[in-house]
Amino acid sequence: MNYRGPYRVRADRNMPMPRIEHSGDAIVRVTRSCICGSDLHLYHGMVPDTRIGTTFGHEFIGVVEEVGADVTNLKVGDNVLVPFNIACGKCVFCEQQLFGNCHESNSEATAVGGIFGYSHTAGGFDGGQAEYVRVPYADVGPLVIPENMDHDDAVLLTDVVPTGYQAAEMAGIKPGDTVVVFGAGPIGIMAAKCAWLFGAGRVIVIDHLEYRLEFVKNYAQCEAYNFRSLEDPVLFIKKTTDWMGADVCIDAVGCEAAGSAFHTITGRKMMLQSGSAIALHWAINAVKKGGIVSIVGVYGPTGNIIPIGNVVNKGLTLRANQASVKRLLPKLIEHVQAGRIDPKAIVTHRVPLEEVADAYHIFSAKLDNCIKTILIPPSARK
Amino acid sequence: MKKIQNDFSHINGWGIDADPLDVPNYPMKKRTENDNKGMTWERPAQQAQLVEILHSNERPTLSAVFGTPHPPTGLSGKMRRWAFGFSESHVMHWLGLLLADRVQIMEGIADDLKSGHVPNLFEEHGGKAELKHNAAGFAGKVICTAAIVGLAVALLRRR
Ligand SMILES: NC(=O)c1ccc[n+]([C@@H]2O[C@H](COP(=O)([O-])OP(=O)(O)OC[C@H]3O[C@@H](n4cnc5c(N)ncnc54)[C@H](O)[C@@H]3O)[C@@H](O)[C@H]2O)c1
Ligand SMILES: [Zn+2]
Ligand SMILES: [Zn+2]
Repeated sequence: MNYRGPYRVRADRNMPMPRIEHSGDAIVRVTRSCICGSDLHLYHGMVPDTRIGTTFGHEFIGVVEEVGADVTNLKVGDNVLVPFNIACGKCVFCEQQLFGNCHESNSEATAVGGIFGYSHTAGGFDGGQAEYVRVPYADVGPLVIPENMDHDDAVLLTDVVPTGYQAAEMAGIKPGDTVVVFGAGPIGIMAAKCAWLFGAGRVIVIDHLEYRLEFVKNYAQCEAYNFRSLEDPVLFIKKTTDWMGADVCIDAVGCEAAGSAFHTITGRKMMLQSGSAIALHWAINAVKKGGIVSIVGVYGPTGNIIPIGNVVNKGLTLRANQASVKRLLPKLIEHVQAGRIDPKAIVTHRVPLEEVADAYHIFSAKLDNCIKTILIPPSARK
Repeated sequence: MKKIQNDFSHINGWGIDADPLDVPNYPMKKRTENDNKGMTWERPAQQAQLVEILHSNERPTLSAVFGTPHPPTGLSGKMRRWAFGFSESHVMHWLGLLLADRVQIMEGIADDLKSGHVPNLFEEHGGKAELKHNAAGFAGKVICTAAIVGLAVALLRRR
């Protein structure tokens, strides 16, 4: 795929073939890739240094086609799932298992590690919504897909499942806690599901898309409410928690949150702040004193208007990060194999890569009850 | 009182990762002996730099690997180079890049035309999907645009 500007992408047969550029690289022939809520921030032109011609896609699996001279853990023909973070495994941050914060994979910014297909602000790598992709540090990130694993599950383990899980993990959920998840996209759905694994006593999801609320209610066996019919979501949460506030709130929305004209105009239209932060605003105000707000929703680098005074006065803890996929994979593969998490159930659309422009529009405009889209390149459809 | 159920037998895996002995149960900083030694780790081999790579002035050198597609070119490239003169903490860094992104849209269209490709804006915007799944919305947009154009033409004629 080829990005041409906000809301404009196209399938392009003339994209250059990636090559080995470092002895630790591999070239992977993609068999499945997903479109993610994070890709929408690129697609909407909100991420600085998103250059024309970039191929997006940080959620993909495929077959190893070629390996660099120093790659020892992979061989040609291996079926691999590739974490969305590019991590060296050697720097002090990787040593601390902060694989989303590697210091050797992004020259353009120190604020984030390298991510496939996520603009030059995340290292300038082309992504996996393509037929072939260059995978740096091939000995570190990619994992051979277990024999019996469904490939739709595998591709969702590259981001969605670890991010949802880490959202719940960072929330420090204690048995019996009331957990409020903002956002019923793939990430919020997975966070709600994973909250139970930590012993949550009650899980509430907030969104405004009825079809997603209906889905999450069944999939994550939780409560789900439409903020458009709540009038004031914060007040609603206060009332339903005996006026205390939720024990933890999770922001799985990020910088394109709906629900506040002020944030939409200043953040999404005028770009005076890094997008709209109304979901985070609600999360901060709806959590109880001393509570925890866990943020996995993505925000831009320039700053947002949030009620930081309330964070101080209520003594809140904010935790946030890009998911550390490699750290979580062993545990999550176990959960998937034991049937505790069924990732592929969230997939609603399977689209040929050639129809990438339509696929983006459907996911962006939330048409056709779309939750998660998988793109399949021609070579994987034979 | 809080309304909390206490039977979770219907949830496969309930509480399986809640470890009361593991307090706090969120990921803690994993301190290592190298924690405050600075950039002293044994660096991975350096990727050879064959194209222009802009690097944040908040780091001394390029990272060991980097993406090489789409090096800065043209006016947008000049703007990006300028923006990289500011640190990531400076708003001009990001504003400069966002503006460069906007300029490059026009450069992209010019490049397309130069190579004999007329971009199909309808398809690139996912127009086919819009027609299929949101025909009413699409018709609305067409009518709205036609009305605005019609009005503009009428007003201009009147002058
Ligand atoms: N930290 C990470 O590692 C990581 C990884 C993947 C995705 N993300 C981010 O997570 C966020 C969600 O991703 P996704 O794939 O689920 O995206 P998505 O766009 O499918 O879902 C976002 C959902 O939030 C809902 N929403 C909008 N405004 C809201 C509000 N004010 N309150 C509650 N809900 C609201 C939308 O209706 C939508 O259903 C994005 O910002 C994405 O960039 C982060
Ligand atoms: Zn993603
Ligand atoms: Zn690293």
